[in-house]
Amino acid sequence: MSDQPLFSLRNPWFGASVGITAAIAVLSAVAGLIWLPLAQPNLKLAGVWDAICSAAGVPRAAVQETGIKPDFKTSNVVMTSEMLTKVNQVSIGRGATLAQRCAICHGPQGVSDAHSPNLAGQFAAVTYKELNDFKTGARVSVVMSPFAAAMSDQDMKDVAAYYAYLPRVPSNNLDTGRPAPVIVVTGAPMRNIAPCGSCHGDVDNKAGSPWLGGQSAVYIKAQLEAFASGARRNDISQQMRNIARQMTADEIDQVAHYYEAQP
Amino acid sequence: MLINKRLIAAHFWLAFIVFGVALVLGAWQMFVRSPLNAWHFNPEFYYRSVTAHGSAMGYVFPTLIAMGFGYAITEASLEKELVGRRWAWVGFFLVAVGAVVAMIPVSLGLASVLYTFYPPMVGNPFYYIGVVMVVVGSWIWVALMVTNFVIWKRENPGKPVPLAMYANVAGSLLWGWTAVGAALEILFQILPVALGLKSTIDAGLARVFFSWTLHAIVYFWLIPTYIAYYTIFPRAIGGRLFSDAMARISFILFVVVAMPIGVHHLFADPQVGAGFKFMHSVFTGLVALPTLLTVFTICASAEIASRLRGGRGAFGWIGALPWSNPIMLATALSLVMLGFGGAGGLINMSYQLDATVHNTQWITGHFHLIFGGAIVIMYFAIAYDLWPHLTDRALDSFGLMRTQLWLWFIGMIVTTFPWHYVGILGMPRRMAYYDYANPAISPQALSVTMSAIGGFILLLSGLLFLLVLIRGQFGARGEAGAYRFAVPLHMPERIPVALNSFGLWLALMVGLTVVNYGFPIAQLMALNETSVPAVYVGAGR
Repeated sequence: MSDQPLFSLRNPWFGASVGITAAIAVLSAVAGLIWLPLAQPNLKLAGVWDAICSAAGVPRAAVQETGIKPDFKTSNVVMTSEMLTKVNQVSIGRGATLAQRCAICHGPQGVSDAHSPNLAGQFAAVTYKELNDFKTGARVSVVMSPFAAAMSDQDMKDVAAYYAYLPRVPSNNLDTGRPAPVIVVTGAPMRNIAPCGSCHGDVDNKAGSPWLGGQSAVYIKAQLEAFASGARRNDISQQMRNIARQMTADEIDQVAHYYEAQP
Repeated sequence: MLINKRLIAAHFWLAFIVFGVALVLGAWQMFVRSPLNAWHFNPEFYYRSVTAHGSAMGYVFPTLIAMGFGYAITEASLEKELVGRRWAWVGFFLVAVGAVVAMIPVSLGLASVLYTFYPPMVGNPFYYIGVVMVVVGSWIWVALMVTNFVIWKRENPGKPVPLAMYANVAGSLLWGWTAVGAALEILFQILPVALGLKSTIDAGLARVFFSWTLHAIVYFWLIPTYIAYYTIFPRAIGGRLFSDAMARISFILFVVVAMPIGVHHLFADPQVGAGFKFMHSVFTGLVALPTLLTVFTICASAEIASRLRGGRGAFGWIGALPWSNPIMLATALSLVMLGFGGAGGLINMSYQLDATVHNTQWITGHFHLIFGGAIVIMYFAIAYDLWPHLTDRALDSFGLMRTQLWLWFIGMIVTTFPWHYVGILGMPRRMAYYDYANPAISPQALSVTMSAIGGFILLLSGLLFLLVLIRGQFGARGEAGAYRFAVPLHMPERIPVALNSFGLWLALMVGLTVVNYGFPIAQLMALNETSVPAVYVGAGR
């Protein structure tokens, strides 16, 4: 037995096994790479070679199509989780000077009761993105747009760094005993609403999502309604518009008051 | 003739301890995402648990069983001491230490990537390093099995290698080759990113590499079960194996076609062409062949045993089988689960039907029924059969064994049948949370509750199993005699060289790999700009 040749055509096992395996491979390749693609009317193939390339997954030039451009400006800020996380003392100092013009609404310490956002301790990337969007027109505000229009990219980074440097001040409406609404903790999966806390703190924080603790309930509510109505649309890939549109008026009220009461 | 009993027993014990821990996690997972639990836990814990459960049950437990059983087969069937005992211990400790190294970051929440890795998710490097250690430990086993096989053949020229050893080497060669895919993925795709040398990953290519491992790993898990079908079952019920050659052909078919079929796990992925998906689908269909051969041979072997015991009639012989024998019971229950699981598998492997069940709980149900059911119940049988030979003590809690096996079967059916059903309803897998109050999901609540109860039954059965083994360690001392495998109806005196060696089959295995995987991998490697930013799991907490 041991002197029988294995890899030899005199060994019937060799011929049969290689032959059968090769036949199945060839037949399945012919069916999968030629016959089936050609049998599909929608593929519009130029010939056998085109069919093989298509079925083998060779990238093909995309069909030229005229993309639909929105009739409004979209945000051009690219968010990354590392963005503006490195502390730069010079930048903070410059930002402190620049921020004097912001103090009338946002407070000298970045906190105010004017229903404008509290900026003390806000993530730098968040403040920077909003300023940028005001400047480009992706977000529109009669108050903020003129301020942002005159700011350079470095100005915006400096102001953002300064506000990120300021300590968060406990809200006047602090109430940590307040139970978290369901929408904050678990979202509403069937309406495609992720838990608020999974991006805005509590559970996790995602790049570009502002810290909401202590923000004015009036402001939060106004922004959610603006997202829902489409009046505000500088959220990347409609992340907040898709969520706000699915929220009930009651839920918007709940989260606004919940976050206002958080540290 | 078992000589290195401590080595073999160490593998089995560690395997079953890991199994016990992972089983508890599994039952907890079933509970927390069922309607029995009100939503009050961090979903991150769920993914930690799933990662630990999958890694333990997928990588550590069956690998240790295959290794331990492989050493037992080598000594018992070749009737000589294992060559390379020290290396075997090295392999064992690599697996044991690797398992711990992998589980630490998982339990800290630093690697909740699930056991299939799911790039572009990237976890703590020690998780992957631990998995690599487990695989390297098992490769030592592969090398030892091949070495012992080659040495025996040289010492016994012209003699057929005993079936159990032939099948055992088939399983080790299959694993040796199929583990290469995941190894390539970890070493060249994931680890550089996990270690911070790169921040982008070619997720598509990484997943193709993983599919290289992902399907044949199931057959690596399956081979000890099939060895038990062919070489333990007929002997345990007092019969004979119907055909030695048919058994060899089944194992050879697994070696050749079990591996180049993994792309059927990527039917919904865009990076592989439809033509190659079709080819993989065709070869996946072929893998049903060795299983059908096996079912035929095993049923024929059972019929021989029954007729020797006086069984009569076309179907009357079934009643005359020794049903009180735990091995008989385990094999029958295993074949039933294999039948249902296999039927479901035919749906997953077909390119079109898969679209209806892809990534649903159907898939979870399918692989639990096949692996947790058909395969693991035979691991129990192997342990019951081998234990007296390892401990030199009687293992005679037969009533407890039968109860345990029945509970495992019932538990697995109650777990997986509702899973299949909710999968058809569209319930996604890998989710920590389902809002059963929602009208769209509420019809699934009853089925999910049932499957959670099945999970508890499985947990009970697993505890009973460990109880039987522990009792076996303290049973009455006795001599178990030599460990023997089933004798075929016609003892092979001379067999074709092809059925006694692996050269041809390895050539076909590698050749088919090149045909089915060569172009998709080469193309993905050649394409530029296919990498995406890695998503670091557990970072920044």
